[in-house]
Amino acid sequence: MILKTILATDCGSTTTKAILIENIKGEYRLTHRGEAPTTVEAPFEDVTKGVLNAVMEVEELSGRKIIENDQILTSSNENIGVDIFISTSSAGGGLQMMVAGVVKTMSGESAERAALGAGSIVMDIIASNDGRLAHQKIKRIRDLRPDMILISGGIDGGTVSHVVELAEILAAANPKPRLGQNYKLPVIYAGNNKAQDEIRKTLGSMVDLDIVENIRPVLEKENLEPSRDKIHDLFMEHVMQQAPGYKKLMSWTDAPIMPTPGAVGSLIEMIAEKEKITVVGVDIGGATTDIFSVFQGKFNRTVSANLGMSYSICNVLAESGLDNVLRWVPFDIDQKGLTNRIGNKMIRPTTVPQSLEELFIEQAIAREALRLSFKQHKEFAVGLKGIQKERTISDAFDQSSSGETLVNMMDLDLLVGSGGVLSHAPRREQSAKMLIDSFMPEGITQLAVDSIFMMPQLGVLAGVEKKEFGEESRKAALEVFHKDCLIRLGTCISPVGKSKEGDHLLSIEITKSNDELEKVDLFKNDLIRIEVPYKPIKVIIRPSKNMDVGAGVGQEISTKLYGGVVGLILDGRDRPIDIPSDPKKRLEALKKWSDAINEYPQ
Amino acid sequence: MAHSYTPGLKVLNYLKVKKYRILPIAGEVCKKKGELVQANEIVAKTNLPGNVHMVKVANILNISPSDIYDVLKVKEGDDISSGDIIAENSGLFGLFKSDVRAPITGTIESISDVTGQIIMRDQPIPVEIDAYVGGVVEEILDNEGIIVKSDAAYIQGIFGIGGESRGDLKIMVEDRKEELSSDSLNNSLEGKIIVGGSFVTLETYKKALELKISGIIVGGFNYFDLEEILGYKLGVAITGTEDLATSLILTEGYGKINMSEGTFNLLKQHEDKFVSINGATQIRAGVIRPEIVIPLNNKEIPADKGLENKKLGMHEGSLVRVIRAPFFGHIGIVHSLPSALQKMESETMVRVAEVKIDNKLYIIPRSNLEMLETD
Repeated sequence: MILKTILATDCGSTTTKAILIENIKGEYRLTHRGEAPTTVEAPFEDVTKGVLNAVMEVEELSGRKIIENDQILTSSNENIGVDIFISTSSAGGGLQMMVAGVVKTMSGESAERAALGAGSIVMDIIASNDGRLAHQKIKRIRDLRPDMILISGGIDGGTVSHVVELAEILAAANPKPRLGQNYKLPVIYAGNNKAQDEIRKTLGSMVDLDIVENIRPVLEKENLEPSRDKIHDLFMEHVMQQAPGYKKLMSWTDAPIMPTPGAVGSLIEMIAEKEKITVVGVDIGGATTDIFSVFQGKFNRTVSANLGMSYSICNVLAESGLDNVLRWVPFDIDQKGLTNRIGNKMIRPTTVPQSLEELFIEQAIAREALRLSFKQHKEFAVGLKGIQKERTISDAFDQSSSGETLVNMMDLDLLVGSGGVLSHAPRREQSAKMLIDSFMPEGITQLAVDSIFMMPQLGVLAGVEKKEFGEESRKAALEVFHKDCLIRLGTCISPVGKSKEGDHLLSIEITKSNDELEKVDLFKNDLIRIEVPYKPIKVIIRPSKNMDVGAGVGQEISTKLYGGVVGLILDGRDRPIDIPSDPKKRLEALKKWSDAINEYPQ
Repeated sequence: MAHSYTPGLKVLNYLKVKKYRILPIAGEVCKKKGELVQANEIVAKTNLPGNVHMVKVANILNISPSDIYDVLKVKEGDDISSGDIIAENSGLFGLFKSDVRAPITGTIESISDVTGQIIMRDQPIPVEIDAYVGGVVEEILDNEGIIVKSDAAYIQGIFGIGGESRGDLKIMVEDRKEELSSDSLNNSLEGKIIVGGSFVTLETYKKALELKISGIIVGGFNYFDLEEILGYKLGVAITGTEDLATSLILTEGYGKINMSEGTFNLLKQHEDKFVSINGATQIRAGVIRPEIVIPLNNKEIPADKGLENKKLGMHEGSLVRVIRAPFFGHIGIVHSLPSALQKMESETMVRVAEVKIDNKLYIIPRSNLEMLETD
């Protein structure tokens, strides 16, 4: 069934955003958007009010009647109603979970991966070997009041006592849910199947217990799907039911409401799978930074809960150190003055940079927040730990162990940024430069930003399972993602290898649309921008003998690349980027790189 | 006339303040509806369950967990005293017996024959809640606590540390632009809430801690000095649980910033009154700002009860404060609110206000302005 109109909303902590997607001459396009303050808290305490206000804005802009008697009309004809209505939500702090595992780096980590993948914030990981005493763990569980707990531990048929001991700790804490007093805390058990009866005996009467397949049935296998699905179900059944107005909202939607990051994750997973590419997506918000990646077909998500651009801006400063922030600031500034400025942004989080200096500082902090979040992501997105590897004699000198990061920057095809500081940077060149400086892509990598952060809505659209329009929803989500959601910044080409100042790193031959040939040489520590639009262009890249752009050291690549609003960016800086420590040289280098891509006004 | 909704801090000479005084778990309410209460009076009390201790009996006695009941001397629900024998094995022919003794005084909560451990709980911990502000008990929440209502002057700060505190209000500076000096502090200020002007240094704050001054209200403080007081770098503005003898409330922000005239004058007007302050700050959805509550008696309640009937939001003529550089801390009057987006020096496109500061007009993003709610 062809869908003529699709309405999707995302209820964030502060703003509810609505988008209208229409089928125009056989093509799905975003046509209108509206937003309004979220109304979960007093005095409204009904999320649907904010949804209706945002949709009303869409109604006014589109001229289509969508609301009648404070309801969304979900049967459409020429100018009335919509075919389907879907929604995501992170209002009220999103889904907050606590996970437990017997061994922190094994079942604990698998449980964390399942919870994060489902779109939750993981408040803490309780493990038998986490170094805390039982009463400390109990106090922690009591104090945190999560929305849900996931317990795992042990392989199927293995030792029972360890995981039962975890359940006993939980029982002693007798945890209460964060929202609402009239229901029992949902607890999912996804551990050793032999322990299920004991777990029921220990926890059954105290919490709302659900038992799913083991998250780690054998050491070599991770089985996250059943836990992730159960988290989504319980999120709908319990947590959302407690949030004001959600019952009503759930009755309006054609697909289950998803936690916002869960929806973004499923979209990124789908795109990586459909297009057979590796992807890194980042959403940098005021309080947290979410990173999603798909490498080797494996999806990972991390939330850096306290790395953000307003509420937790001081934590970026605390974690990265003042010097690391200052190295990106292209002017001299008194350090005490800078810390007070950043502190004032934390306590007044809604302000915007008026002066250029303020913008420099904000974008310097963003680079560090992104860098630190990505570092955490790389440490988390790893292969399974605790597995015995078969080694050959050639591995004898290789010190690698199980649990290595899956993130390989040379393999990365697409890097997508979203969140205010990236999506709303005054110049797109700034977004591109922030992504390159903090993620440090290697080889050939496409760069993009989500124009208005509609990935959550597209994610839930891609996940619609209703038979009659499931397939068409996925098609619509993909089409809109490519045509309207992403702003293609261009492609970054970064050769990797040993080099010294003045070395030639690569030459690139570009066949432009008028068949004109352009040849550009890249030298060490240079940054070059070549303006080409988002169209396929033929290029031949010839790296110098020590350099690699993806095909191997010194190996030429002949391929098609895409430009974008910024174009092709040739990055001749080291990995990690080497910023001179001498203040004068540092300012010169920053200015040179900035001018090369027209990052800031002169 | 154009107007826009803008966050602002309250500086009110009258507000009907309602405070929920709730126990963490069900307990006993000690007051009746309509009763007058003082800030320090206990209004509800309860006992929190004690801490939990786990003893791995099976491991200690080297027995299988399933055999635990054979060696136990206690059962679930039993009271125990520290040192009591709770399990003992029979040894070899009655010899070489070994036992397990209770590490605490409390009760046996549960026994597990799967893990072979006993869970025991400490004695209950008594908890009492006071009224925090002087006023009238407006409502009793059965087994939970009370709602206390107070007619008060009310001031919100921008950031604070330390929790609830009470004391007589003492103004320490002549002028709101003056810094709070360390020399002006002495033993007579113990238990008092003192008011500085534009700034307090780390050294002065430390002296206040030594003198057991209950609280400081001041315009600004250096962000980087917080680390020395808190013992950690403050990454997110969630405070209130710090164990500090002197709560600190900043009315303006980080750095040296003159206290706003309205705030300073209102505090000065109520010098020597017994006031309640709370430094707890939470800057997230559902924001909590630090507060100063100054209870008023019937004669002091102003005839014009202020803000309730006044138009909220920013409009032409509104008194505003700039909350971001380059004009950070300046106070001005909104001259106009143009509707079109305007490009700033940073090239950011924003909605702006034209603000008159010291008789000059400046274009400032509306999101960089804060309403000064005064009455």
